Amino acid sequence: MNDMTAPLLDDIPTLLLEGAGFMHRGQRLLAPVDLRLAGCRRTLLMGPNGAGKSLLMRLAHGLLPPSQGRVRWQGHVPRQAMVFQRPVLLKRSALANLTYALAVQGTPRTRRRSLAREALERFGLAAVEKRPARVLSGGEQQRLALARAWLLEPEVLFLDEPTSALDPAAIQAVEDAVREFHARGTRILMSCHDLHQARRLADDVLFLHDGRLLEHTPTETFFTAPASPEARAFIRGELVV
Amino acid sequence: MYKAGVTLTAIGLMGLSMTAVSQDEERHITLASTTSTENSGLFDAIIPQFTEATDIAVRVVAVGTGQAFEIARRGDADSLLVHDTAGEERFVEEGYGTERADVMYNDFVLIGPGDDPAGIADAESADEAFAAIAEAEAPFASRGDDSGTNRAELRLWEAAGVEPGGEWYRELGSGMGPTLNTAAGMDAYVMADRATWVAFDNPQNLELLFEGDEGLFNQYGSLLIDPERHPHLKHDLAEQWHEWLLSDEGQQAIADFEVNGEQLFFPNAAN
Amino acid sequence: MSQDANAFQTALALILSLDPDLLDIVRLSLQVSCSAVLLAALIGLPLGAALALWHFPGHGILVVALNALMGLPPVVAGLCVYLLLSRAGPLGELGLLFTPTAMVVAQVILVLPIIAALTRQQVEELHHEYREQLQSLGLSRLRMIPTLLWDARFGLVTVILAGFGRASAEVGAVMIVGGNIDGVTRVMTTAIVLETSKGDLPLALGLGIVLLGLVALINAGAYLVGESARRRLG
Repeated sequence: MNDMTAPLLDDIPTLLLEGAGFMHRGQRLLAPVDLRLAGCRRTLLMGPNGAGKSLLMRLAHGLLPPSQGRVRWQGHVPRQAMVFQRPVLLKRSALANLTYALAVQGTPRTRRRSLAREALERFGLAAVEKRPARVLSGGEQQRLALARAWLLEPEVLFLDEPTSALDPAAIQAVEDAVREFHARGTRILMSCHDLHQARRLADDVLFLHDGRLLEHTPTETFFTAPASPEARAFIRGELVV
Repeated sequence: MYKAGVTLTAIGLMGLSMTAVSQDEERHITLASTTSTENSGLFDAIIPQFTEATDIAVRVVAVGTGQAFEIARRGDADSLLVHDTAGEERFVEEGYGTERADVMYNDFVLIGPGDDPAGIADAESADEAFAAIAEAEAPFASRGDDSGTNRAELRLWEAAGVEPGGEWYRELGSGMGPTLNTAAGMDAYVMADRATWVAFDNPQNLELLFEGDEGLFNQYGSLLIDPERHPHLKHDLAEQWHEWLLSDEGQQAIADFEVNGEQLFFPNAAN
Repeated sequence: MSQDANAFQTALALILSLDPDLLDIVRLSLQVSCSAVLLAALIGLPLGAALALWHFPGHGILVVALNALMGLPPVVAGLCVYLLLSRAGPLGELGLLFTPTAMVVAQVILVLPIIAALTRQQVEELHHEYREQLQSLGLSRLRMIPTLLWDARFGLVTVILAGFGRASAEVGAVMIVGGNIDGVTRVMTTAIVLETSKGDLPLALGLGIVLLGLVALINAGAYLVGESARRRLG
């Protein structure tokens, strides 16, 4: 069921959240979280909409500063990339979107095109290389976003509900990509609310509910013996309020 | 991208200032003068003759007499050619100008709607004509812009014993041309210098109704600007222009200028 | 009616005659307005983008001021530049008054607020969409500016055209700082004012039609380029 053959590399820095919480306009959107994510694992953030999954991911990636506590990496700060629910692509061709990311990374100009073409090939986008990124289909756009992340050779990859707007074939492609990233030694932190997807992809699960982190367990345990009533209800597919 | 922007800006500015510099290499003076001389076409006729004789170009900034004085006071023009003798003498007295000389004259004329509701065509004098307009409360369009023509007009009202004002007296705050356009639009009386009137193409109902009184005399003077106050100006070149205007050659050029076969300016330099 | 027809005939005759004086005036008009728009864009695009990306104390006041300056009367801009460049003014030494350079400076002041204010609006919208992705790629706000400006380029073309429209249409500023000197600082709009004051309304209107035609031509060119690029890049 779970793909446990993935390498567990030791040199991936450990992410530490120490009492990290988030308030916005006096409202507590994320209660202080203490969390330690080590190893090259695939961790899935589960929970209903509005549970704080995206927020936690943004704090971890550094897109938002926590309003209390702190977020830090043990070891070095790793190379990171993030794939969003709605891919943000620039108003240029598919190829140019990739060479842009390489330019930002400081890749020498002479190598950008060939690297970008390889990535397009890998994600099945070679045929649309010259097309404007923004007129691609939803699945193609998400694959392009993954290809862009691929080029950044991240040690940690964040994916915020990357499949929620896609059809089954496209979902399959994203899941394959996630496995490929992981196989290359990238730690995965991904949010979703699809139980089947979690069973297929996750090594361990973080369960969030109403801005609080309720569980952090191996996938097996989460599905067989959830600790909180909210998680039990969520797994049973009940509407969790 | 940033650096490129800064570089481009610098290049652009440099290019611009270079055009300015290269233009400056042409020998020229800047002459502040009045719209009446410019609009009539006088400068187009006489300046090429001066330039041919001296190789000095004359750049005319044509504005109202009040503004022309102000430009010269601030040191933005090398020479002045205006028509407000009292103002010109004051300009010299205040130390802005070193010399003033009569160059030429023309005259003001009274223009009005063809049916002449105030009956000024039969007036014996300018005083009487102005008084008649006030009496009839017929619409009168005044420049109202402190120009030489405006100042002359106000002196004429005073001489006629009228304090202009009320519904019928419209101060436009415009140059001679726009004032004529407006007067034509509202069938108003208006005082204009003959040169602008003769060269004016949009009279509609307006006609020349009264002329020839010595009170309507319009003297133009040329002024030289104090080199101590504004040492950067091209005083040598300005003096050549001033002298040329007063010379036989310049005076003849002015006399030769005609519009529709009519001489518009009458040279009267003192020499 | 006959006068209007007359104006069109005059305009047509003006264009067909290729009168060298007219060509000089047209060239100077384009040179002054294009230089002004170029300079205003070089300053205004990054400035507008910076205002979209950075919020600091007084930011709101600056934005309101910029928006208000879009309505700055050209005569006032002209007067300010006149006082600045006049011999008696602080920059009098440069001797720039009554030159095309002075006209460019005045028009930059008129065009800059339009370009900066509208750029801020466009970039702010785009930044809202791009922010997290660009941040995730590791871009500082300073480095986001070129990306955002490039990706907002279709909208910014319209912004720059609006600036060009203002520059080519205004007369108040160039009249004061240029002086409408024949052959040196006379441009389309000041020539129109001059011919109007001479009462030669058909010629004035004819010049107006030529000016309008030129502006229309430039806009049409920009529209065609923009549309084809938009269709290609979605």
